[in-house]
Amino acid sequence: MASTIVKRSTIAAFIGPAIFALLAIGILPLLYAGWTSLHYFNLTKLKNVEFIGLENYLFVLTDEVFWQAMGRTFKLLVIALPMQIALGLGIALLLHQPGLGFLRTLTRLSLVLPMATTYAVVGLLGQVMFNIKYGVINQLLGFVGFAPINWIGDPTNAFLVIIFWDIWQWTPFVALVLLAGLTTVPMEIEEAAKLETKKWTTVLRYVQLPYLLPGLTAVLILRTADTLKLFDMVFTLTRGGPGSSTELISLMIQRVGFRAFDQGLASAQAIILLIITIILSQLYIRFLYKEVQ
Amino acid sequence: MSSRSSSGSGVSQHLTSQILLLLLIILFCVFPFYWMVTTSLKTQILALESPPVWLFEPTFANYTEVLTKDGVSKTLVNSLIVAVSTTILAVLLGCPAAYALARFEFRGKKDLWFWFITNRMISPIVLALPFFLIVRNIGLLDTHLVLILIYLTFNLPIVIWICTDQFRSVPFDLNEAAMLEGASQWRIFRSICLPLAMPGVAVSAIFSFIFSWNELMYALVLTRNNAKTAPAMAVSFMEGYDLPYGKIMATSTLIVIPVIIFALIASKQLVRGLTMGAVK
Repeated sequence: MASTIVKRSTIAAFIGPAIFALLAIGILPLLYAGWTSLHYFNLTKLKNVEFIGLENYLFVLTDEVFWQAMGRTFKLLVIALPMQIALGLGIALLLHQPGLGFLRTLTRLSLVLPMATTYAVVGLLGQVMFNIKYGVINQLLGFVGFAPINWIGDPTNAFLVIIFWDIWQWTPFVALVLLAGLTTVPMEIEEAAKLETKKWTTVLRYVQLPYLLPGLTAVLILRTADTLKLFDMVFTLTRGGPGSSTELISLMIQRVGFRAFDQGLASAQAIILLIITIILSQLYIRFLYKEVQ
Repeated sequence: MSSRSSSGSGVSQHLTSQILLLLLIILFCVFPFYWMVTTSLKTQILALESPPVWLFEPTFANYTEVLTKDGVSKTLVNSLIVAVSTTILAVLLGCPAAYALARFEFRGKKDLWFWFITNRMISPIVLALPFFLIVRNIGLLDTHLVLILIYLTFNLPIVIWICTDQFRSVPFDLNEAAMLEGASQWRIFRSICLPLAMPGVAVSAIFSFIFSWNELMYALVLTRNNAKTAPAMAVSFMEGYDLPYGKIMATSTLIVIPVIIFALIASKQLVRGLTMGAVK
């Protein structure tokens, strides 16, 4: 990589403002969260703020509610992600075929729609479409003989609805990433392989897969991060309910901090989540962004 | 002869199944939109028909009502102010930083890269908690400024990542030639590299706009009435039992349409933007 050695002051002038901004809005609040997490800090009892050391952390580490929310979040990831990859790969291979240019372009453009949809709107749409009485999903299922299903009011079904929308929104993303990978396979190699064997699985396994790996790694990293961040869609769809059946980690911390007003405990939870996120991204990013090395 | 004709029908069968599959994918992606828009054109009575009706006389009453009576227009303006300002700020701060990462050699560059990516990974709730307490103390709760600043936590990394990638693709010879002529780094950045990197800058700006426009959690936590954004407004319709489905879907449609337009404009770069340059 060609680069220039320049004076420190020049570097500072170019990159300093961005670093300063991220320090001020990213790191400073984190330090404050660190301070809050060491206190009993309830928004309704601000007169009683008191230093309690690591008590909040000890509570979180042994708190079933916290780890259940964490478990739910990873459950969503391990169910939804393989389906997104399988469906996405299918769509990518289909779009990679020759011919039918107009229809394929149209498909590619419609794949953009789910990804761009405001997450909060996806949740609202979920409420409308999966409503037990007025929802179109139950109507469509009724045509093939199903009795109305209580989607949002039932713990298991509500979780299924969350999985459905996650798949709806992010399968197109996986498909487009993998399609981009497929187009990087040199034409001659692919043609030659197709002459050798008729089985598309063999071509996929031995010729195309190596070109798909960077994209798959990116998908893995980003879907993990985004699932740990997932809030908007679930909040507008179920608010974490019924009970706590769809309360993912972000929703749980938001509830503790802003609906139960226990900022001290919520900060401790947030910092533990942050540590988990950093460990995961450290692991992942080392594999993906080789430039960093 | 017979074998050739059978293989011919095999090809056409193959083609038919492909067409069907493609149409199925389109239907799967588009149907929720179709449902959102049609529901937004129903009266409340129609929206609460069970089972739902597919053919009806459309009305724009929901749109006029949310825009004139319920104050959705004000929240759309708020969303626009916030998204545009934070995007401009992210580009102004991010472009020079990206240039430095692409062109200069310095110690700690690797760590800096890592720090920028980690910002993309952090859950917003981690920052929402302390940010709320801080801005409440300094009296900035419910202002545009707070959202503009906190959205930089995800916009700035995006701009830096996409633009660094773009600056690297600008031929280094141009830098060397300009340096021989005695041009300062700032001149080279402004007059040579930046114009050539404009496609990347534009894409990163579109992304920054989309992410800011779509954001809900910070808006929910940090605004009340004054600076409330459109997604937060849509959520506030969700109280009570008889939900105004038509109005909710009308507001949703108004929120989603500008994003869709931008996303379609940038559709070729979408993958690159969402994977922060990891996949081109």
